[in-house]
Amino acid sequence: MQDLDEFRQEVRQWLEANCPPSQRQPITPPEQYWGGRRGSFPSEDARIWFERMRDRGWIAPDWPTRYGGGGLSDRESRVIKQEMQRIRARTPLYGIGLWMLGPALLEYGNEAQKQRHIRAIINGESRWAQGYSEPGAGSDLASLQCRAQDMGDHFLVNGSKIWTTAADKCDWIFCLVRTNTEVKKQEGISFLLIDMDDPGISTTPIALISGESEFCQTFFDNVKVPKENLVGELNKGWSVAKALLVHERKLMAEMGSDSPRKVVAPNEAARKYLEFDNGRITDAQLRSDLVDYNMQMHAIALTHFRTFEEKASGVRSAAPLAMKYLGTEAEKTKSELLLAIMGSRGLGWEGEGFTTEELDTLRLWAMSKAMTIAGGSSEIQLNVIAKSVLELPQQAEK
Amino acid sequence: MPLVLNEEQRLLRDTAREFLAGNAPVAAMRKLRDERDALGYDALLWRKMAELGWASIILPEAYGGLDFGFLGLGVVMEECGRTLAASPLFASAAVGASALLLGGNSEQKAALLPQIAAGELTLALALEETHHHRPTHISTTAVPEGEGFVLNGGKTFVLDGHSADKLIVVARSSEDDRNAQGLTLLLVDRQTPGLSCQRTVMADSRNAANLRFDNVRVGADCLVGEAGQGWAILEPVLDRGRVALAAEMMGCALEAFERTVAYLKQREQFGVPIGSFQALQHRAAQMQADIELCRSVLLQALSAVDETPEQLPMLASLAKAKLNELVKRVTNEAVQMHGGIGVTDEMDIGFFLKRARVTMQVFGDTGFHKDRYATLCGY
Repeated sequence: MQDLDEFRQEVRQWLEANCPPSQRQPITPPEQYWGGRRGSFPSEDARIWFERMRDRGWIAPDWPTRYGGGGLSDRESRVIKQEMQRIRARTPLYGIGLWMLGPALLEYGNEAQKQRHIRAIINGESRWAQGYSEPGAGSDLASLQCRAQDMGDHFLVNGSKIWTTAADKCDWIFCLVRTNTEVKKQEGISFLLIDMDDPGISTTPIALISGESEFCQTFFDNVKVPKENLVGELNKGWSVAKALLVHERKLMAEMGSDSPRKVVAPNEAARKYLEFDNGRITDAQLRSDLVDYNMQMHAIALTHFRTFEEKASGVRSAAPLAMKYLGTEAEKTKSELLLAIMGSRGLGWEGEGFTTEELDTLRLWAMSKAMTIAGGSSEIQLNVIAKSVLELPQQAEK
Repeated sequence: MPLVLNEEQRLLRDTAREFLAGNAPVAAMRKLRDERDALGYDALLWRKMAELGWASIILPEAYGGLDFGFLGLGVVMEECGRTLAASPLFASAAVGASALLLGGNSEQKAALLPQIAAGELTLALALEETHHHRPTHISTTAVPEGEGFVLNGGKTFVLDGHSADKLIVVARSSEDDRNAQGLTLLLVDRQTPGLSCQRTVMADSRNAANLRFDNVRVGADCLVGEAGQGWAILEPVLDRGRVALAAEMMGCALEAFERTVAYLKQREQFGVPIGSFQALQHRAAQMQADIELCRSVLLQALSAVDETPEQLPMLASLAKAKLNELVKRVTNEAVQMHGGIGVTDEMDIGFFLKRARVTMQVFGDTGFHKDRYATLCGY
């Protein structure tokens, strides 16, 4: 523990000296750096901050140093995260390559794939999209139909993927594809890495209820994918897919509790928009809703802490499987609560008459509806708990 | 605070589970009820518990204590919650011992704590005066007379009130009857003249009593802490009690939940186990998620007693409110999911339902703790 304290001091000093003041402000979406061939730095300070963190090995502190990671332990990585949060340092690089593909590739990829892709992710050279869902395969993900035919020296991919986040800005996409139609659906799936510049790929953005279009549909029309881009064994992609989903769900679970996004916190909003009498919120219903939310978030934060400690001391528990469900449901509750607290000021869609924060709150409220659907809906999360934690009997699947 | 039990605490849990399964299963509690036992708990069981060190679990070694801290107490309380074991553990070893530890003078500690540690002396807290937990709404008076005090008033819902050897009475020695100023704690022998006791039979078949004080005279040596300054002791004592009780509620909820999940796997309708129905699976999974949250909250609150007492008020209210909600939901669902047999007396599941309702009222219901948490948050 003493070593960890020393490490914390070291991190604190380094961040103090190297994180530009402009990078210690709450971040808005246009200020985020996502990397990639088509990406650019939102500001000169963002570039400096990213490069310093990259050179220090702290873009991915717990990844091996030979691929550009920091080679640090879970506890040390957490210290970095905590110290960054303490000074409200911005995340220098965003991306699902960093959050989701990288960890899965480190576990399942071969040496050549790691050499080629891990460092490129850390260096911000490649931006990744996720090709999981299809129009006909949402919650029933394993029923996916996007086909990869073995053509000897390459795979020929045909089909489409939906909810491919920012696919129009991405360099690569990792895809679940069907490579065997004769077997049980989970046993005929493979995991492929596909270059978005390959001929035959096209992308259409999807307009959402939030007014944004961060999700796309991506089409594959006779796309040739080299054999070397298969991750893990042929027809064993479902294991890779599930391992990656664990990272995705962990990320989504923590989204609400540790992002320094520029959104109003319910307690601040209450002070700004509600009437108080003698230090108490006069609206009994809102006061009650607010305390329910605060208690739930307090419990969730403690549970994140517990799951980390359990992992570090080798104790198994059911908690990690519940966190995506709990975290995203709490985010949805928060958004509803903010709208209720802000009254008509929370309903502004655009333009004059509302602050940016107020407008953002409404857009985030709309986006929060997607969080309990993406990455395995809340209902799927409950199915998982029923099956793997409670071991309840399963109904025959059609 | 690591939020993970250490080796010693895990061992304590296993020992407690084994001991209670053999010595205080739910059937033992049923027997106490059916026989309308006068004491309300099994004296032999309490002696064995004391031999295991449970009566002294939070007490320092200097007083013959086991000194396992509140996490240790929590582990044992949780296991007692699983089998609904009736004993003076909560009223005496958790609440009473805490009051003396935090408020007693050195003579009181030296004289009483070793007896409490040995399980020979039991205590009860005489606090409530109305049908809701309102710890500062005290009308019972303690008027100074000579060197001592004269007590007048009435108390209700006093856990172990008819069986404890001594009572810690919360009385008012000055100011109005609805605030925290002017409260005085007095240690009163239950056999003192003028003190009358009416045992009340509650839903959980456990011990509670109404007490009446008619010119009860006690000496100066009975004062716990300073006269008029009782709140400074009472508040942390209540928080410790709330956290200990939350641990018992966790055990009660877990046992009811596990029995229910087992039943879902076993009971068949429409030719399949009812646990294969998604309508039931999702409700069970949501309860599992709530249990995970409550587990973290409980561990943090138990650790706070010994390590970060400045955070205890908020964590105790968080724990009590969350566990109140959990145990209510789980016991209701347990009965519903058991179907018809869930409402029969033959099935044990109803005992969990009834014990849960009593624990939910002790030392503050959900509304009380949400209000306190909100106030501590500054709104």
